[in-house]
Amino acid sequence: MDVKIKSENFNFYYNDVKALKDISIDIFSNKVVGIIGPSGCGKSTFLRSINRMNDVIFGAKSEGKLLIDGENIYDPDVDVVQIRRRIGMVFQKSNPFPKSIFENVAYGLKVNGIKDKDYIIQKVEKSLKDAALWSEVKDRLSKSAFDLSGGQQQRLCIARALAVEPEVLLMDEPASAIDPTATLKIEELIQELKKKYTIIIVTHNMQQAARISDYTAFLMLGELIEYGITSKIFTKPDKKITEDYITGRFG
Amino acid sequence: MNKKHLKEFMGFMLLRICIGIIGLILIIILYDIISKGAGKISWEFLTAMPRKGMTEGGILPAIVGTFMVTVITAILAVPLGMGCAIYLNEYVKDNKITRLIRMSIRNLSGVPSIVYGLFGVVLFVQLMHIGTCILAAGLTLGLMTLPWTITASEEALKNVPNSYRDGALALGASKWQAIRTNVLPYAVPGMLTGTILGLARAAGETAPILFTGAAFYLPFLPKSLFTQFMALPYHLYIMSTQHHAIAKVRPIAYGTALVLIVLVFTMNLSAIILRYQLRKRRME
Repeated sequence: MDVKIKSENFNFYYNDVKALKDISIDIFSNKVVGIIGPSGCGKSTFLRSINRMNDVIFGAKSEGKLLIDGENIYDPDVDVVQIRRRIGMVFQKSNPFPKSIFENVAYGLKVNGIKDKDYIIQKVEKSLKDAALWSEVKDRLSKSAFDLSGGQQQRLCIARALAVEPEVLLMDEPASAIDPTATLKIEELIQELKKKYTIIIVTHNMQQAARISDYTAFLMLGELIEYGITSKIFTKPDKKITEDYITGRFG
Repeated sequence: MNKKHLKEFMGFMLLRICIGIIGLILIIILYDIISKGAGKISWEFLTAMPRKGMTEGGILPAIVGTFMVTVITAILAVPLGMGCAIYLNEYVKDNKITRLIRMSIRNLSGVPSIVYGLFGVVLFVQLMHIGTCILAAGLTLGLMTLPWTITASEEALKNVPNSYRDGALALGASKWQAIRTNVLPYAVPGMLTGTILGLARAAGETAPILFTGAAFYLPFLPKSLFTQFMALPYHLYIMSTQHHAIAKVRPIAYGTALVLIVLVFTMNLSAIILRYQLRKRRME
């Protein structure tokens, strides 16, 4: 199996607070990796480190290596804009832009310099189909994205991320703010998407992690406690603390 | 009526009295100016030069002067103010220095306008040798307006949710692309509103142009930016305090006041309409 993302002794600080401690992890291509752990354990911080979204926070600092296809994401020569194009992100709270549905999906293409209208039209349709939203919105592409329901908005954000053809898709609790039916749709979608993308998903919901992820990483207080095949983590974890968390004894 | 209800009734009455007093003052001022000034307004008053030591004729040079000065003010204050706000809100770190800068800007908006007038004389008229003219007066008013445009623009930028910025960055937009395409379009209505309100205030100021270029009596239109000029607020000041026949020119003073108020109201109204239109377009 190809290692897509490799983290080597990765440390992360907010000013003087160490938020991630020596994280080393191999994430394989075309797999879904679930990251679980109690609130404030560094799940989101780790996720946002992978596409360098933490750069926008003042006082953020990292040590160690995070590699994509062997290339260090934090190398000073790396173009962060390119990294973010290759590593897409879906946020916890769906954040459609106050533009039309079409413009939302086309946004990433336009900022990446694509001007070919026919290509953009095709790509928007393709991305909306891949995000299982096309049939619901095809007649109202010019309507505001705010008119969509919460679940539809989140799938729109997924479509928007897919349009720029990322290699990796980061998802930060993508289903935490939507209803169970919409959640199910997103979960089905993730199974479909992993054929083409490597997916790293942070979730608070243990059942969700068990359902959708091939591998599971358990983080606590900024440390990677355990990482392995999901079925093993959920049935025979190596560490007692993992078992305690998974069985709901704390968290 | 029990005690609680009585207290509530008294409280609301007090608030009603407050709003009533403010409304009444506004109505009295407007009534006074409109009743005494409206009779003076005519096509001739708006389009003719003043004549016979300003006892007759119109106020065209003052209208044109105020217009030209306001344009200079806008050219200085709008781009500089917006640029400064974008830089402060989007680029710099929040630390002691930037907090000091912000505090200074807030304080500058409270500096009396006469102080700006004196500063304008020293900087533009004397140091930069521009002389007392439209340009010097416009630049002085521009400096005075800057703190207002910066503060209003920064507030407008703060109202744009961070998720718009993050969302754009996560799609591979550069920081400037994210700002230009996903922040500014939603901040500009608010930025413009604040800016126009600042300009309307500048258009009505007397003190900053007093020493920097406004003239007493110039019965012709300014031919360049380097000449002295007449302006509505200054003309009003002269007509009501300095003229040799104050009683005789009182109607002209009221007419001028009315024109000035209408001008400022129009600017404020256009700010409201502009904001409404831009918001509506954004929602579609």
